[in-house]
Amino acid sequence: MSEFLAMGGYGFYVWGSYGVTALCICLEIFFLRSRKQKS
Amino acid sequence: MTSDLFRFAAPQAFFPIAGKLIPWFSILAGLLAIAGLYVAFFVAPTDATQGESYRIIFIHVPAAWMSMFIYVVMAGWAGLGLALNTRLSGMMSSALAPTGAMFTFLALWTGALWGKPTWGTYWVWDARLTSELVLLFLYLGFIALKQAIPDPVRADRAGAILALVGVVNVPIIYFSVQWWNTLHQGASVSLTRAPAMAATMLLGMLLMALAAWMYSIATALARVRTIILERERDAEWVRLQRAAA
Repeated sequence: MSEFLAMGGYGFYVWGSYGVTALCICLEIFFLRSRKQKS
Repeated sequence: MTSDLFRFAAPQAFFPIAGKLIPWFSILAGLLAIAGLYVAFFVAPTDATQGESYRIIFIHVPAAWMSMFIYVVMAGWAGLGLALNTRLSGMMSSALAPTGAMFTFLALWTGALWGKPTWGTYWVWDARLTSELVLLFLYLGFIALKQAIPDPVRADRAGAILALVGVVNVPIIYFSVQWWNTLHQGASVSLTRAPAMAATMLLGMLLMALAAWMYSIATALARVRTIILERERDAEWVRLQRAAA
């Protein structure tokens, strides 16, 4: 498991990419929902 | 046939159809992303030269494709609205812009995180990176311009002109790696050449690209429904819709 997370020493770059992508998707869905509530 | 097409161009007719389609595109996006991530992390082999860092490709390439494709579709809707004065067109272009901007940001962000281990730098002012950054500013400019103009008809027109002028940037991004000497590599996927990567890597990338497509359609439809409600606030059918909801 820790070997998987380490990504051969590239963990920061790989998870930094996937993490921010997941965050952006969550934020977009959150903003869509809140805008829908207001409309 | 034409009359049918124009019937769905009315926000009132499009609203319920979009609502029915959103769950399907969302489910497809989720399933494709799960399959894509599985292939990306557990099936695709370690790259011989880049090690595990190349796994960023499964987000980077789909995000970059979507950033350009959404812009073209957005400009297409904007242009259609300018030419035919259809009400829905301007709303569709507004609905696509935030998702397009998000994918442009992600293409730049993942590119920076991939650039550091492979090129030794997060950022260079080379043709591909700079033109993609210009695309982000075009999206943000389009959103800001439309929000700055209170009258939706005038906002749609001004936005459409900006979107159409900016569309010249898309082929510049795409062909930048051929036209200029850039640090960024050329296209890995081509319809005319054999793929330059392992079949499983290509499969993972295509699954993630399809997931990004489905996600974009779902979010654009959800956003256009909200925009329709905002703009047609005083219409009788919207009041009935609200009362029923």
